[in-house]
Amino acid sequence: MEKILRRKEFGVLMVLFALIVFFSIVSPQFLQAKNFFNITKQIATVGIVSVGFTFVLITGGIDLSVGYQISLDIVVVAVLMRTFGVPWFLACIIGIILGIIIGLINGMIIVKSHVAPLIVTLSMMTILKGLSYLITNGLAIFKFDKSFVALGQETIGGVIPISLLFFVAIIIIGGFILNKTVYGRYFYAIGNNVEAAKLSGVNVERVQLLAYGLCGFFTSIGAILMLARLNSAQSSTGDGYEFNSLTACVVGGVSANGGKGTIAGAIIGCLIVGVLQNGLAIMNINEYIQEVIKGVVLLIAVVYDTLSLLRNEKIKKIKTINADN
Amino acid sequence: MVGDTILKLNHISKLYPGVTALNNICMEFREGEIHAIVGENGAGKSTMIKTISGAIEPTQGTIEILGEIFNKLSPKISRQKGVAVIYQEFTLIPVLSAAENIFMGEFLMNGIVLDNKEMGKKASELFERLQVKIDPKTKVADLTTGFQQIVEIAKAISKKAKILIMDEPSAPLTITEVEVMYNIIDTLKEQGVTIIYISHRLEEIFRLSDRVTIIRDGCYVTTLNTKDTNKQEVIKYMVGRELTESYPERTNKAAETVMNVHNLTGNGVKSISFNLKRGEILGMGGLVGAGRTELAQLIFGSEKIVSGEIIYKGKALTVKNCEQSINAGISMIPEDRKRHGVILDMTIKDNITMPSLKRISKRNVINQKKEIEVTKLYQNSLEIKTPSIFQYVKNLSGGNQQKVVLAKWLARNPDIIIFDEPTRGIDVGAKQEIYQIMNNLANEGKAIIMISSDMEELIGMSDRIVVLNKGRMTGILEKKDISQENILLKAVGAN
Repeated sequence: MEKILRRKEFGVLMVLFALIVFFSIVSPQFLQAKNFFNITKQIATVGIVSVGFTFVLITGGIDLSVGYQISLDIVVVAVLMRTFGVPWFLACIIGIILGIIIGLINGMIIVKSHVAPLIVTLSMMTILKGLSYLITNGLAIFKFDKSFVALGQETIGGVIPISLLFFVAIIIIGGFILNKTVYGRYFYAIGNNVEAAKLSGVNVERVQLLAYGLCGFFTSIGAILMLARLNSAQSSTGDGYEFNSLTACVVGGVSANGGKGTIAGAIIGCLIVGVLQNGLAIMNINEYIQEVIKGVVLLIAVVYDTLSLLRNEKIKKIKTINADN
Repeated sequence: MVGDTILKLNHISKLYPGVTALNNICMEFREGEIHAIVGENGAGKSTMIKTISGAIEPTQGTIEILGEIFNKLSPKISRQKGVAVIYQEFTLIPVLSAAENIFMGEFLMNGIVLDNKEMGKKASELFERLQVKIDPKTKVADLTTGFQQIVEIAKAISKKAKILIMDEPSAPLTITEVEVMYNIIDTLKEQGVTIIYISHRLEEIFRLSDRVTIIRDGCYVTTLNTKDTNKQEVIKYMVGRELTESYPERTNKAAETVMNVHNLTGNGVKSISFNLKRGEILGMGGLVGAGRTELAQLIFGSEKIVSGEIIYKGKALTVKNCEQSINAGISMIPEDRKRHGVILDMTIKDNITMPSLKRISKRNVINQKKEIEVTKLYQNSLEIKTPSIFQYVKNLSGGNQQKVVLAKWLARNPDIIIFDEPTRGIDVGAKQEIYQIMNNLANEGKAIIMISSDMEELIGMSDRIVVLNKGRMTGILEKKDISQENILLKAVGAN
């Protein structure tokens, strides 16, 4: 089993490698250390969000509201600091609690109403968007405490960005939850076969709720790091992050159909998306063409994901027919 | 009314690797007769029907429809030759009208738009022919199950069916609906349609049919004129099987009662009462659809009890979900192994430890060493054949998958284990191993409930047998009274 998983991630790693080689050839700036740290800074937020997103996808769900969760989180934290003079540390904690609550509301509606997660979180996305614009009136909030901004902009020893440390810590925590805890195992069980999981005594509702809650938690941390990096809060900031996270996860082998995927895969997916974005920007490719490329990448990844699932199922069906007869 | 031979099966056999589903069946159906087919679970009724409807190609033999000989039929040819089948599950689309459903697939057109008027008229004619009153414009969803079935019949005869095959048609119907259906069948018979009627319910067969054919273990047994026979004789032919397989001996005696079920109602079963003792295997017999699995789901807590109660270890058992019943010491090995028993795309280890994961964890962090220990323990004791416990369950044989399901429950050390069709789809060798495991568990003082449609297995393994019919308990047989006849008599509700 580990061999197969490794092989799958190995394939994705090859794609990443090919992209790096390609951009290095077409653009000499690409392969500089400075640009590498630039990429990690850029993908820190999407990477952290993708950890939570991976949990939700593995349970067989999806959370399209993560983009505007980011917007609302940063706007609320910004207002707390600038308008109400709340110390940045406390403001961040409130921001994180807000993220968890939004995730739990998503989860609650999904497990209690059985409405498709896609619809629930799409509605939530629009609600959060509206709330965020209501707070800012469309204006930017900026100039924050220096020690807060340092989280997103400073480096340790002039080399390693602080945000990279956060990113790595979150990856480790995410991997730990998924691989070492009871709940990680339950995520896979529910995503693979919710009936069998229920009949094995798994409290499906509680576990799904947890996945959405964790997604909100990680998203809010990503949001705070982004606010610190940009030193400016705008309601439009989070737009498209749901798309980037979904693309990163699926490209990295986290199945949009549930039950499969790893944190490592999702992070490699993030790197691919990050390298692609960075490389295209360095090459001065038209912004709209970049959008088209991003869309095509997600489409290819999702189609590949579903086709390989169907292929397996077909093989399985043939096998069971033979076994039954 | 009954005329010449319309359909003939000549030496039909259907072989699957290792299994003979149909063995050299020769029989004929006459024009305008109601011909009932009976047989135990798994006797080969459905396979036989499918060869006639063209869904299955026979391995050997020919089918003769109105003198024309076919080596094999396809659903299309079969339909063209006037064969129509009404399956247990309806094929209607609820949001469309009765008329639209009848003409589904071959809509009457007026240019490029649907000719609703004409379809309505034709549908009315069909309903008139069946002597029922249904407005063709009514949505199927607004009709009762009985009327839905009539629409299904109308759909079949709209295609000029000469042979109408009905597979357990009365199963979903209420008593009054059944009467309406009988009348329709009689009407169709008068109009010269041949009805092949498959049913478990002997009273229906005696009410409706002209002739009855009994098949057993894929073989043709005999055809009788219904008016010259009786239920006892039919049952005798159905069970004439020799018990060949051997079952491991068990010496222990049942001990104290661990569970009392009182008037349990819900999930399609009504007023069930029995008790269950430690150290016994309590069999549950009945025909497919009798409500055995439904009863098991109530006891296991995966479905809600409407009324009645379960006294377990001296106290009323009130569980809200499977998690709680598992914690109380009840476990269930479900009928559909691949969908409900195992998670195919997870490893043997992950599957086995799933119900006991919290017990081998500390603050929700899994103790991986202990996890492997537990898995290896049951892999060895149940002899699960696999190169590695990290193997995906989908790569295992049916017998080994079933052992994984067993292992996951044994790791919880339950008091009551419900086996729902424990050996379905499992090869002979693995079957014997499962029987031995079940005996060992009973010897250890566990209480076992075993649902089985395999008559041999039911008789060979059970200490007592609860028999159900249409959601009700029709009897409980003590060891000395267990026989094929007695089980079947109760299962068909004949006494």
